[in-house]
Amino acid sequence: MLDTGVTSWMLTSASLVLLMTPGLALFYGGMTRSKSVLNMMMMSFGAMGVIGVVYVLWGWSMSYGSQSIGGVFANPFEQFGLNGTILDDAGEYVLDGNLPVIVDVGFQVTFAMITTALISGALAERVKFGTWLVFSGVWATLAYFPMAHMVWGGGLLGGDGPFASIAAPIDFAGGTVVHINAGVAALVLALVVGKRRGFGREPGRPHNLPFVMLGAALLWFGWFGFNAGSAYGADGIAGLAWVNTTTAAAAAILGWLVVEKLRDGHATSLGAASGIVAGLVAITPAAGSVSPVGAIILGIVAGALCALAVSLKFRFGYDDSLDVVGVHLVGGLVGTVLIGFLATDTGLFYGGGVDQLIVQVLIAVAAVVFSAVVTLVIALVLKATMGWRVTDAAETSGIDAAVHAETAYETLGTGRGGFAGIPAVNQDSVATEVKA
Amino acid sequence: MKLVTGVIQPHRLDEVKQALGAVGVRGMTVSEASGYGRQHGHTEVYRGAEYTVDLVPKVRVEVLVDDEDVSLISGALVKAAQTGRIGDGKVWTVPVEDVVRVRTGERGTSAL
Repeated sequence: MLDTGVTSWMLTSASLVLLMTPGLALFYGGMTRSKSVLNMMMMSFGAMGVIGVVYVLWGWSMSYGSQSIGGVFANPFEQFGLNGTILDDAGEYVLDGNLPVIVDVGFQVTFAMITTALISGALAERVKFGTWLVFSGVWATLAYFPMAHMVWGGGLLGGDGPFASIAAPIDFAGGTVVHINAGVAALVLALVVGKRRGFGREPGRPHNLPFVMLGAALLWFGWFGFNAGSAYGADGIAGLAWVNTTTAAAAAILGWLVVEKLRDGHATSLGAASGIVAGLVAITPAAGSVSPVGAIILGIVAGALCALAVSLKFRFGYDDSLDVVGVHLVGGLVGTVLIGFLATDTGLFYGGGVDQLIVQVLIAVAAVVFSAVVTLVIALVLKATMGWRVTDAAETSGIDAAVHAETAYETLGTGRGGFAGIPAVNQDSVATEVKA
Repeated sequence: MKLVTGVIQPHRLDEVKQALGAVGVRGMTVSEASGYGRQHGHTEVYRGAEYTVDLVPKVRVEVLVDDEDVSLISGALVKAAQTGRIGDGKVWTVPVEDVVRVRTGERGTSAL
């Protein structure tokens, strides 16, 4: 029977999660140089466009359809276009328990959007927008929807899979599906696509740190839908997830800033914003299964480890431009594995033995391998066909102007021309032309 | 006539405007500038990666003055701009052959 309280909370959660992707666009956009900010933000908005369409066509069916194919993905044609998921034969809205299925579709599509958009942080300032859009649709189809099916849709990595005989795998809101998945994809793409021109030599410093902090704040706000919404109820678990989400993010700010202060001598605003995201990532799989004190431990560890991990790209020479690997892959692994220690009923620290820890490591490794292989194949095919990189000239002069024919800001003197072909000498005549 | 030019720290502009007004200066030109002196910019840290910023934001203040007022006005400018820390800037004076007030066509000191 329909529960309006649950339904209203899930619609609210879906709306919160939807806000995360524009928030991510600000977070990422602020970290790029001013000549590339629009392209960076457009990769998030473009992913929203592509995923919003493919999800209702075949994404839902592949993730949560009843016809599982080997436990890896479900038949994309069973509920193609949401066929059979909205109204039943009697004209009533189809329910899953006490929630209309169509509300769950709305909730889940927002997860697919943000996950795909997350990857774009590894590709800042250098890739063709068309290739990115095609990648978004193909990657969601071959990597995200199957992973969602395997973990949440009754597939290989969930409670009905082979690992469940050891202990039931825990991924409350997307440690494997969202963050490990996106983080591994980012690493693979950074290696296949290659470095930005001047990476490691020229300064690529963030052009707008207030954008970054605003974006981090919006992500934090939206994350309540992500985690508390994943309780699928307006209840105590949702409340626990909400508190754990906030606690872990807060603790991760501190963890990140302590590392910065000790290592670099300064606690920075970019560090605080990054710490928020690292903590949110790490608590995502664990939000419903740890105590708030456990969330503090998890947050501090994630903040500190992610702060250390972001410098790996300079050591190993891959241009994960905005640290998707350092924050989402490392944060996702920290959260997924620490559940084995911190889960309040089955964790090692709570007398639960090592079974949960073993299972968490196994699903993390499986997610890494699956995502790496699938992303590598997609990336290489696109490299050979459409190509990933814009021209060197476009990259040097700024991808915004070259690809989108726009620039984000009017800098000194650049905004003075008239309309193309119309001399701007006489402003009255320009106005007349426009009116005409 | 002389042109007194000061390249100063942006945050000292209000103090400089007040000090110049107090010694009788009635007009000035202020523009944004960037550059570096002996300190060669500064270092910023983003997620642990250090970036050297060579060109530091500055403000350029230009005042046209009568010969006899040069030391008073440049002295006031220097005093108001001074913080005692590296990067306070420079003040210099150059001779000016002629000045024309565009509105009236007046020339020389009467145009100041």
